[in-house]
Amino acid sequence: MPYLYILPAFGVYAAFMLYPLGRAVHLSLFDWDGLTLATFVGLDNYTDILSDDRLRAAFGHALVFVFFYAVLPVGLGLVLAAVLTRAKVRGLSAFRTIVFLPQVIAMVVVAVAWRQIYAPDGALNTLLRAVGLDALTRPWLGDYTFSLPAVGLIGTWVSTGLVTVLLLAGMARIPQEQFEAARLDGAGGVREFFSIIVPSVRAEITVALTLTIVASLKTFDLIYVTTSGGPGSSTTVPSYEVYRRAFELGQVGSAAAVGVTLTVLIFAITAVVNRIGERNS
Amino acid sequence: MPASRRRRRSRAALTAALSALALSLAACTPGSGSSTESPAAADPDRAVETDVAGMGEQTLTVWDQEVRGGQNEQMTQLNDAFMAKYPNITIERNSQSFDDLATTLRLALSGDDAPDVVEANNGRNAMGDFVAAGQLLPLDPWSEEYGWADRYPESVLQYSQYSGDGKTFGSGNLYGLPQVGEVVGVFYSKPKLAELGLEVPADWSGFEAALDTARDAGETPMLLGNIEKWPALHLFGPVQGSLVPTEDVEKLGFGNAGASWTTPENEAAAQKLADWQAQGYFNDGVNGTDYDAAWQSLAAGDGVFLMGGSWLAADLQDAMGDDVGFFVPAAAAGEAAKTTGGTGLPFTLTRESENPDLAAAYINFITSDEAMAVLAETGNLPVVDTQTYAPESGVLQDVYSEFGKVSAEGALLPYLDYATPTMADTMGEALQGVLDGRMSPQQFTEALEADYAEFTGAG
Repeated sequence: MPYLYILPAFGVYAAFMLYPLGRAVHLSLFDWDGLTLATFVGLDNYTDILSDDRLRAAFGHALVFVFFYAVLPVGLGLVLAAVLTRAKVRGLSAFRTIVFLPQVIAMVVVAVAWRQIYAPDGALNTLLRAVGLDALTRPWLGDYTFSLPAVGLIGTWVSTGLVTVLLLAGMARIPQEQFEAARLDGAGGVREFFSIIVPSVRAEITVALTLTIVASLKTFDLIYVTTSGGPGSSTTVPSYEVYRRAFELGQVGSAAAVGVTLTVLIFAITAVVNRIGERNS
Repeated sequence: MPASRRRRRSRAALTAALSALALSLAACTPGSGSSTESPAAADPDRAVETDVAGMGEQTLTVWDQEVRGGQNEQMTQLNDAFMAKYPNITIERNSQSFDDLATTLRLALSGDDAPDVVEANNGRNAMGDFVAAGQLLPLDPWSEEYGWADRYPESVLQYSQYSGDGKTFGSGNLYGLPQVGEVVGVFYSKPKLAELGLEVPADWSGFEAALDTARDAGETPMLLGNIEKWPALHLFGPVQGSLVPTEDVEKLGFGNAGASWTTPENEAAAQKLADWQAQGYFNDGVNGTDYDAAWQSLAAGDGVFLMGGSWLAADLQDAMGDDVGFFVPAAAAGEAAKTTGGTGLPFTLTRESENPDLAAAYINFITSDEAMAVLAETGNLPVVDTQTYAPESGVLQDVYSEFGKVSAEGALLPYLDYATPTMADTMGEALQGVLDGRMSPQQFTEALEADYAEFTGAG
């Protein structure tokens, strides 16, 4: 009987999530150009992922993005939120709005804006020249070494707001008495941070990490608009490879295999994060 | 391993097996939905019907990518003219940007409700694949009836020709007709040339001397925005055209067997780009600069030369008025230039079309002499008899006459990314490497040879 109630929702879920997912798994077992009759190749598309340098590199770049999208923002967000909570700054809500703003802007708009900032004569290089750091100026998105971190930092800029707001909400629930007690015991700001604040918001950290890690691994629009995976293939990511293979190269089976692998990877990483979060709380 | 774990695992395996079974039952092999038998319309000896007025009430579905100002205008005018001439025909037009059309066309063609006429990119990952999959009709019966081979020069038609199996590009059946031409050359700022006391260079050595003069005078000699990866192809193409035998470039560009990238000439072409970079001819950070930003810099007076395609002419004229000119350097003064170019996207006829005779009549109409006049009026570069439509002055006059000269006396060389489905990426990435100095010309030609040889070897 209870299953009857979830049936409508499950029907929608199955039609728009489970069926396409199953279909993608199915497609990934074929060598198919999207036009002619496909040939069944079993798991060949998956073994190709392991042997393809470009794809291995793409997954590597995605992991770098996990640092920029998730790890760095959580670190920054913790400090920022702690300072905002404890310092009792004026205009907290205004500050919160500003920090959160990047989340509200469409990613394509963000990417176009940052492309301008990173341009050879863009805002960043102009700023560097203005303070006499001419040696540091470079075409950020066209530099083989720096384009990956440059794109990653856009992710940091976007994620930090979300993470901070999440953590602020968590920190607001910490009873004032705990801080008073800590102070009486002679704890300083740093001790307070590690002994009270961080443990109290562990659940929020888990949520923030899950959301940002998923966002980092499936990032596509940012790469598509800023670098198209370049220069060379130095910033390509799995989801961009899915697009490239399916729509540009006509390798639908291989594209599906990359997509499925990425899905599994996202599941695995978020499962680990949540497992750790649960165990500690 | 604890028993409960094992049981859970085997249950998971069972579930997976069941769902896999269900899937394979529910969904058959991808691509099996489309039939492969050749329809009556593919018969090369079929009787062609040209009387559109006598066809009764019909709807013709056309997918095009003519979305920009002048492009959209010519398409609207021509469609209206067709419908006015034949009131029994309704044209249903679906217009999408180049990128959108490229991504949706594959699905549209393999579906049951395919459009009648589509604009398909010439290259192997579009038209080539569609031909191989049997989704386009060879136009040869209609070509004979309407005399298209007389209307178009062979150098233009070859861009829409494939063998029936889609393996050979540049010869065989005719699969589409283009409306407009394209040629890649050099735009220059007239006031800058005057300032530097330079004439319009007649050949490549003159062009390089001019670059040198401009650099010594403290100007940015050549503007390039290559963050998109493909713009450098339009630099390499003309350079290669002047150094490598035309026959080889055509084989390499069409992805037909029988040529090689790893030749001294190709290496020399890549070396030239590397030298230009080393000489300081480019703006700083070409790989991090936007394509659009580069031509806008020329308009803003921040550079002297810009290599690019004729499609930039209209925008540059809007921005610079009479201050911009266009030329295509020849290998030696007095010779006709050999450069990258070709046609706009050709209009093709799909196999699913319900009335191929009507579709062919439409393609004939939008590529007729009257249509070419409309194209010229709306600021496009008509592919047939280009020079006769040249405007009185301005950069478009340069473009019309250079295209006419190159297509008639010189050589229009195929876009190099036509060659293989992966060539656009391989080449774009390799050129970024050469311009960055991290890839030697030898490594460059080896990377391209690997792509080319794998494709032609498998074919």
